[in-house]
Amino acid sequence: MKKNAIEIKNLDFFYGKSKALKNINLNIEEKKITAFIGPSGCGKSTLLRTLNRMYDLYPGQKAEGEINFYGKNILGAKIDLNLLRSEIGMVFQKPTPFPMSIYDNIAFGVRLYENLNKKMMDERVQWALHKAAIWDETKDKLNQSGLSLSGGQQQRLCIARGIAVKPKVLLMDEPTSALDPISTNKIEELTNELKRDYTIAIVTHNMQQAARISDYTAFMYLGELVEFGETKKMFLKPERKETENYITGRFG
Amino acid sequence: MMDLAIYKRRKTKNIIGLFLSNFAMLLGIAALLSILFVLFYNGFAAIDFNFFVNSTPAAGSPNGGLANAIIGSLMIVGITTLLSTPAGILAGIYLSEYSGGNIFGSITRFISDIMLSAPSIVIGLFVYAVYVSKVRHYSGYAGAFALSLIAIPVILRTTENMLRLIPVQLREAAFALGAPKWKVSINIVLRAARNGVLTGLLLAIARVSGETAPLLFTALSNQYFTSSLNKPTANLPVVIYQFALSPYKNWISLAWGGALLITLTVLLLNIIARVFLKENKTA
Ligand SMILES: Nc1ncnc2c1ncn2[C@@H]1O[C@H](COP(=O)(O)OP(=O)(O)OP(=O)(O)O)[C@@H](O)[C@H]1O
Ligand SMILES: [Mg+2]
Repeated sequence: MKKNAIEIKNLDFFYGKSKALKNINLNIEEKKITAFIGPSGCGKSTLLRTLNRMYDLYPGQKAEGEINFYGKNILGAKIDLNLLRSEIGMVFQKPTPFPMSIYDNIAFGVRLYENLNKKMMDERVQWALHKAAIWDETKDKLNQSGLSLSGGQQQRLCIARGIAVKPKVLLMDEPTSALDPISTNKIEELTNELKRDYTIAIVTHNMQQAARISDYTAFMYLGELVEFGETKKMFLKPERKETENYITGRFG
Repeated sequence: MMDLAIYKRRKTKNIIGLFLSNFAMLLGIAALLSILFVLFYNGFAAIDFNFFVNSTPAAGSPNGGLANAIIGSLMIVGITTLLSTPAGILAGIYLSEYSGGNIFGSITRFISDIMLSAPSIVIGLFVYAVYVSKVRHYSGYAGAFALSLIAIPVILRTTENMLRLIPVQLREAAFALGAPKWKVSINIVLRAARNGVLTGLLLAIARVSGETAPLLFTALSNQYFTSSLNKPTANLPVVIYQFALSPYKNWISLAWGGALLITLTVLLLNIIARVFLKENKTA
């Protein structure tokens, strides 16, 4: 039985007067990985940022249409944005560790919505760091500042922070573009394991990565959704010429 | 072909310019060093054990110290810090995180900038008019109130500027976890900027600890030690001001000692502030 975590209907997005997304229609299936690909500036990040309403922080940016998250339109007025964001987590392209210890970097988000005792919190922190493939490197220095880690380690810390709060959906915007191949590999394994419990939407410029890890792929171009379907089919036999050109690197 | 005449003329101009600027620099440094030399020479001569334990002497009586003025200054500046820190930092957070360019924020910023450059004697007169003249007595609290009015704009502006330096990505990352705005502002943004904010705080304290004019109309002074800030309270700047202009030798000497003490305190605060700011840059 297919079940959709997110259903996007007739979505338009505006930065002031300029339209960055044009009539997007797309479903993100539960407990699957959906990859978003497309040339720079086509609107991938913009789309991801509508899903947790990150754009709401900036006056002048607005979305029109419908985004149903388990049946509830999150573009509606009565939505508690903090609660929504605790259920739809996000990992950014650049690592953004908080100015606190490695332990607190993870615990900060957990404490917002859960009241765990010390032991359970310790377990949660370890679980998240372990999942994000950074436990071995940090287990002896949990009290050190998160800023003391290398760039790649910081990124895995941020991924750990994102999954520690156990969101229903995890949005990842080019999460591995700052990582070495080994860490990238670990993150890809992680996404694969996470999809047992979570729904993942990931933006990537790496075609192999999209092909390796995703179940569905969406190809975007100039603010429009050009093609969307099962990853296998998209990469073997795309329907649209633009998609084929982009995937094979014969673009533009 | 290079025109040698132009080149030579430029070179001459360069030499003259260099000479003039070096001369100006030497003049400035010489003035500063001679002030410091006189201050240290006269100041250290006045500082001994009695300087720290005895209260200010009555006119014409020998010896004495500045104990009451030192304690008074510490209390006044302490209360000032307690008053101005939360006010300045919270207002700075408001301007950087909440005002979003609204009219109220712009007005606050404008007024604060005016207060930054207002002569401190005006602040002293203001507190005299609205507080001292109403309760009909000078007090340490009035002094702390006046100094707070000087410190708050400094703290407010540095806080705002330091918070603005924090990248939006850090804020977004915290919002993305579902953190409410006040938590993002206090636990993440303010925390990331804490060294810079602390620097502003120390510089503000350093600035007010040498202010004389605002205390002249508010705290005034007191020949004796007082533990109540509700009375006129002795403090270093006003005591220095009174003693330095007196005909008594021991008073003048004490004034030098007090001046040295303030200078060293301000110097120390500045050094600490610099260390904090450096740490901030490397973090
Ligand atoms: N804050 C903004 N204000 C105005 N326009 C913006 C803003 N952010 C993005 N845009 C515009 O919206 C369009 C889509 O940008 P977006 O960042 O979503 O692209 P992207 O697909 O994520 O690209 P990349 O692969 O380079 O990250 C671009 O044309 C961009 O110029
Ligand atoms: Mg992007």
